[in-house]
Amino acid sequence: MSVVTLTINDELASANSGQSLLEVIREHGIYIPTLCHMDGLSERGGCRMCLVEVQGMRTLQAACVTEVAEGMVVTTHSERLRKYRRMTLELIFAERNHVCAVCVMNGHCELQAVAAIEGMDHVRFDYLHPDLSMDISHPRFGLDHNRCILCTRCVRVCDEVEGAHTKDVMGRGINCRIVNDLNQAWGSSQSCTSCGKCVQVCPTGALFHKGVSVAEMVKRHDFLSWITLGREKNEWNYTGQPPYYATERRKE
Amino acid sequence: MTQTVIIDPVTRIEGHAKISIYLDDNGQVNDARFHVTEFRGFEKFCEGRSFWEMPGITARVCGICPVSHLMASAKAGDAILGVRIPPTAEKLRRLMNWGQIVQSHALSFFHLSSPDLLLGMESDPTTRNIMGLIAKYPDIARNGIRLRQFGQEVIRILGGRSIHPAWTVPGGVRRPLAAEDRDQIKRMLPEALDIIELALDLLKDAFDDNSTEIETYGNFPSLFMGLVTPEGGLEHYNGLLRIMDAEGHLVQEDLPPERFREVIGEAVEPWSYLKFPYYKPFGLEDGRGMYRVGPLARLNVCDFAGTPLADRELRQFRRLGERGKPVTGSFHYHYARLIEILFALEKIEEVLDDPNLTDDHVRSNASVNELIGVGVSEAPRGTLFHEYHVNEDGILQQVNLIIATGQNNLAMNQTVKQIAQAYVNGGGLSEGILNRIEHGIRVFDPCLSCSTHAVGHMPLHVQLIGPSGDLVDERLRD
Repeated sequence: MSVVTLTINDELASANSGQSLLEVIREHGIYIPTLCHMDGLSERGGCRMCLVEVQGMRTLQAACVTEVAEGMVVTTHSERLRKYRRMTLELIFAERNHVCAVCVMNGHCELQAVAAIEGMDHVRFDYLHPDLSMDISHPRFGLDHNRCILCTRCVRVCDEVEGAHTKDVMGRGINCRIVNDLNQAWGSSQSCTSCGKCVQVCPTGALFHKGVSVAEMVKRHDFLSWITLGREKNEWNYTGQPPYYATERRKE
Repeated sequence: MTQTVIIDPVTRIEGHAKISIYLDDNGQVNDARFHVTEFRGFEKFCEGRSFWEMPGITARVCGICPVSHLMASAKAGDAILGVRIPPTAEKLRRLMNWGQIVQSHALSFFHLSSPDLLLGMESDPTTRNIMGLIAKYPDIARNGIRLRQFGQEVIRILGGRSIHPAWTVPGGVRRPLAAEDRDQIKRMLPEALDIIELALDLLKDAFDDNSTEIETYGNFPSLFMGLVTPEGGLEHYNGLLRIMDAEGHLVQEDLPPERFREVIGEAVEPWSYLKFPYYKPFGLEDGRGMYRVGPLARLNVCDFAGTPLADRELRQFRRLGERGKPVTGSFHYHYARLIEILFALEKIEEVLDDPNLTDDHVRSNASVNELIGVGVSEAPRGTLFHEYHVNEDGILQQVNLIIATGQNNLAMNQTVKQIAQAYVNGGGLSEGILNRIEHGIRVFDPCLSCSTHAVGHMPLHVQLIGPSGDLVDERLRD
């Protein structure tokens, strides 16, 4: 494995060839927002939050799907990037019905957190207010299209980790929807193993445990690295907490 | 001159009211109407959501009484799940509901109504508000704020926040009560009990100065509705629906509240967004089906309160009715409100001593077992109904909310008419009359507006309309 040297925000940095820019940027302690990326899953490059400027390239590049190269000069924060990130966020919010005040993920939501960090205090575009349904036909989980940002983490974890490939995307553009099997009620899916991985990786309240109320849903991602480590290195020492089920008895 | 009544765009949504007064040929008041010109649409836009979300969503109906919606909504959810919630959860829900009664009634009496009672109905409007009260009677104002704070603290301690706590859920509540939090409520109680005793004295002193107002501010026969315990005691969380006429006869024996459809009809008028619920068997004609809800109605329909101090006050309250009949003067909503605060404080004291109050098991689990769920609770302003129809998954197909203020709609119209007849005599409208009409509405503590109430200033639009439909006089205040 060869080592490459690049410049990130005017500082020299070294990386292994084949690494993604996002990985290297984060290794160097630089915050960069992401919504569709998740450690342990393949990259999609769909949310456009991790856009960076690369010298010599005409367009902005998504850091998660750009490989490092010798002599690369990268800028992670600039006025131009701030404008684009903010506009992208506003478009995500305008596309569906994100009502934080009554959402199960209020206070724990990645979309909400990124919007706050990026200073998105209002949306300049007209909200589309699409008339979308929710699917709570599954005995344990629910899918609310109103809160979905089409990051496809659920699709990837279901396919790549669980191996069921229950979830996929149908339609094009703003008509894209997450579907179960052949666009049928989740509760009638024959491939779903009810493992709940999709729920845990979902960044918003689009996938949730049935029965949770406002701000009650907390998601855990550490199971993913546990599975990956186990499969790749045969290390099976899981130290994380079990996924949190609000409806179970507990004392805080 | 204007020929028709126009709903002025100045009367914005959220707590804006309009009043029209109709005169006959002799310049005497013929009729009066109280218009509510706001539209919220919760019943419609909740369709398609899941019933588990409803406590969180419907709490947003109101910032003053979110707890009442939490209770009714969670109870409707309990009914859909078909479960009996853990006993501790019910006690905790009751505790929060009493906290809600205390804070809302304290707000109504001290912040909103006491400026009229203590500074005078026709006193200078620039100081006739909570600020004027603070200037003239700082101790009373402070007491009012402290008493409300007590109720808000109870809600905050249980639910994590005092406004819109999403704490009740179908099947129970989200979080048990820690022993140290229980003790904190206990420590705050003595001050609250002292304040309510002072408030009762204060109100009784005001009776003499307001003898005319007591007679004219919505004093008329009507039906009264409220929940009672199976034994007939005062009840705010559960119980049976009882309806009494102005003679004191029970026209509706204690009915399980989920059967409310058998007795409550809803009429709609084109001139107000507020529905007009009425007692179905009597019909809407001549106001025969008109009923009042809220503190006055609850004290009228119950046989007893159930706590020592409140029962003693209740005996005094009963003497205000004619020869043992129910109290019909809407002015006495104030008195009833204070008695209910006393009752709620005593009940809080009682439940805090319950050894099971801090148990961990506070949530029952189930799936959809019933397709229709009705949840009823007594909100500070009166009986509140939430009725949900769901499909097998729990998706809402139909939502019906019957809110206390709506049920007082017919009575509020009657009150406006009565005050107008007493004070508008062919002449114009003075600011004092405007305030008297406002107070007539205020005795019902309607939940039209949350924010504008807080400084004791209700946006009002009063029109005086002559027999040919022309506008004689008009006052606008927003």
